[in-house]
Amino acid sequence: MYRSHVLICGGTGCSSSGSAKILSEMESEIKKQGLENEVKVVQTGCFGLCALGPIMIVYPEGCFYSRVTVEDVPEIVSEHLLKGRVVTRLLYQETVSDDGIKSLNETNFYKKQHRVALRNCGVINPENIEEYIAVDGYAALGKVLTEMTPDEVIDVILKSGLRGRGGAGFPTGKKWQLARNLVPDADQKYVCCNADEGDPGAFMDRSVLEGDPHALIEAMAIAGYAIGATQGFVYVRAEYPIAVKRLRIAIEQAREYGLLGKNIFDSGFDFDMDIRLGAGAFVCGEETALMTSIEGHRGEPRPRPPFPAEKGLFGKPSVLNNVETYANIPQIILKGADWFSSMGTEKSKGTKVFALGGKIVNTGLVEVPMGTTLREIIEDIGGGIPNGKKFKAAQTGGPSGGCIPAQHLDTPIDYDNLIAIGSMMGSGGLIVMDEDNCMVDIAKFFLEFTVDESCGKCTPCRIGNKRLLELLNKITSGNGTLEDLDKMEELCYYIKENSLCGLGQTAPNPVLSTLRYFRDEYVAHIVDKRCPAGVCKKLVTFEILDTCKGCTKCARNCPVNAITGKVKEKHVIDTAKCIKCGACIDNCNFNAIIKK
Amino acid sequence: MGKSTISKIPFKGTAEQEQKLREFIAANKDVQGALMPIMQEAQEIYGYLPIEVQKIIAEGLNIPLEEVYGVATFYAQFNLNPKGQYKIGVCLGTACYVKGSQDVFDKACSVLGISNGDVTEDGKFSIEATRCIGCCGLAPVLTVNDDVYGRLTADDVPGIIEKYQKM
Repeated sequence: MYRSHVLICGGTGCSSSGSAKILSEMESEIKKQGLENEVKVVQTGCFGLCALGPIMIVYPEGCFYSRVTVEDVPEIVSEHLLKGRVVTRLLYQETVSDDGIKSLNETNFYKKQHRVALRNCGVINPENIEEYIAVDGYAALGKVLTEMTPDEVIDVILKSGLRGRGGAGFPTGKKWQLARNLVPDADQKYVCCNADEGDPGAFMDRSVLEGDPHALIEAMAIAGYAIGATQGFVYVRAEYPIAVKRLRIAIEQAREYGLLGKNIFDSGFDFDMDIRLGAGAFVCGEETALMTSIEGHRGEPRPRPPFPAEKGLFGKPSVLNNVETYANIPQIILKGADWFSSMGTEKSKGTKVFALGGKIVNTGLVEVPMGTTLREIIEDIGGGIPNGKKFKAAQTGGPSGGCIPAQHLDTPIDYDNLIAIGSMMGSGGLIVMDEDNCMVDIAKFFLEFTVDESCGKCTPCRIGNKRLLELLNKITSGNGTLEDLDKMEELCYYIKENSLCGLGQTAPNPVLSTLRYFRDEYVAHIVDKRCPAGVCKKLVTFEILDTCKGCTKCARNCPVNAITGKVKEKHVIDTAKCIKCGACIDNCNFNAIIKK
Repeated sequence: MGKSTISKIPFKGTAEQEQKLREFIAANKDVQGALMPIMQEAQEIYGYLPIEVQKIIAEGLNIPLEEVYGVATFYAQFNLNPKGQYKIGVCLGTACYVKGSQDVFDKACSVLGISNGDVTEDGKFSIEATRCIGCCGLAPVLTVNDDVYGRLTADDVPGIIEKYQKM
């Protein structure tokens, strides 16, 4: 027995800010103090509050140390672990109250969260199968294989109301049912997992892979049993090295324990799985493209029908679900469909993980019941917008989604409501934008992404989006006309209706939603030749105000010598020379330079 | 997508590298969908996939070279050109972008005097605008090989590059 446990986050966010060094320093300091038999150091998955990384939690006190550095480690060991004095200066402020330390679950960030898919992330050591088993891991697989028929499994998933967390929200049980029944005499079927999280700014799937990889393995084996497949494939982004490594370890351990392989739980059921690495193609998030890629080809989508349930990977009936969808499965089996469907809204059950990013205080991962409003997520959990800036929009659904303005902040989030307000759930990226973000520029940003990632197979997507981007470029460089807006809208609908796959069908959404809610910004670019947020460089001019003290600092820092003026006299910018780099604004101590 | 340049830099593969690749191909060629894992391994071995390496793969799998080339040019992670000793990546994912990573990227390009996907003449640095690398809490983020620099402004860039120039 250990008297203390030190949990150190080993997710990508904290690893990027040096948590591995902190872990090894912690281990060597503990040894130095002779505490190695009393204190156990555990590397866990993501706690979710990435903005405060690297994160460390010390139990039994539950002290939440944030932004820990290697230099802080000796102090934590000698003060806290040896002498029992909490290092108050490193505590997350929200957990400090007058009468001691508050539990994490009472902080604003965690209070409204309900962790189902992420329940083990930041709790167990993902590289140790026994820790997963200790929290009921593989109990669901055992139950399924020894007590349930495949049809009963499918029935539970159907009744739970679970819908695909990859974005489109197709009922998972329905998908399994089709794969089970469409081709009854198939000699081989496959279970696939989409872990090619390509949506920029979304990292919930990675967090599950890094923090709780066995949950995915267990769920895929359950899916295999339900549809009658013996082989699984996980298609993972190669940009997720930690996730890939932990998944590999987890698969190996599951094989050693007989939880993958032949005759699992002595039930006669065989199931094994393999990892395939993606190679950086957003379109491979589309199910048929993903399967084409696993087959070893250019990841181009195929026309549907036939749907994968009939003719999927290697031409065999296949099921493809996303990581977060799978992460829900074992608990639905153990706790029942009613438990799951008691959470959420009428048509969207359970919880949803969001990756909060952009202009928000608490960047990180949050899991909330469906039906939580955007305002609760952004203001209560996310802590609002930093630097006293004003909220402008929340972007959900990545390049396939849209921008949601302030007037819809109180909409309960579920699949259908998001579509009704012109966005979509997507995989769960939630990027907050403030008054300094130009919505025309954001639409352009996403369209550049989809144009770059379009596979080129079908014309509406390949050419249509390119033309759309050209129109946006025309507007942001000050050459747009009001007719262009109508032309753009028409083109958007054409692309949506005629594209082959989900990438093209949703690519115009960022343009359509910004046109719908921020048309005035487009008009300002076109009519006034002005970018209200001061982002579009061709439309911005810099001006020195009368409050200039003539300190000459701006002139000295201008890289192109566009600023002239005498000492102690107001300076002037030559707008013809100015390259709009903003160096003068950054250097002015008197706030006397503005962007217009 | 859509990169089609054939490297002008002379191929310097060694016999050991070729043997290693051929052994990997022989061990995996019967796996279903083996092409991509083999190309990924080849890129591990050589650092990039010049046409000479693609030919070895095509030959080993007994498939047309254009099929290998087609896959190599489809996926962003297959490089037809060698990378620098220090690979700089600037994340242009959404979370980084809304926090100003474009300025960080532009600054890095101008300091190095190269543009996206290029290598400096001395082979020391290459730069790439990357997709989201997933540490959005640190946005905007720049990486140099495995080192991660977060919460940057464009002004931080010259100092970071200088550090590696001296190495």
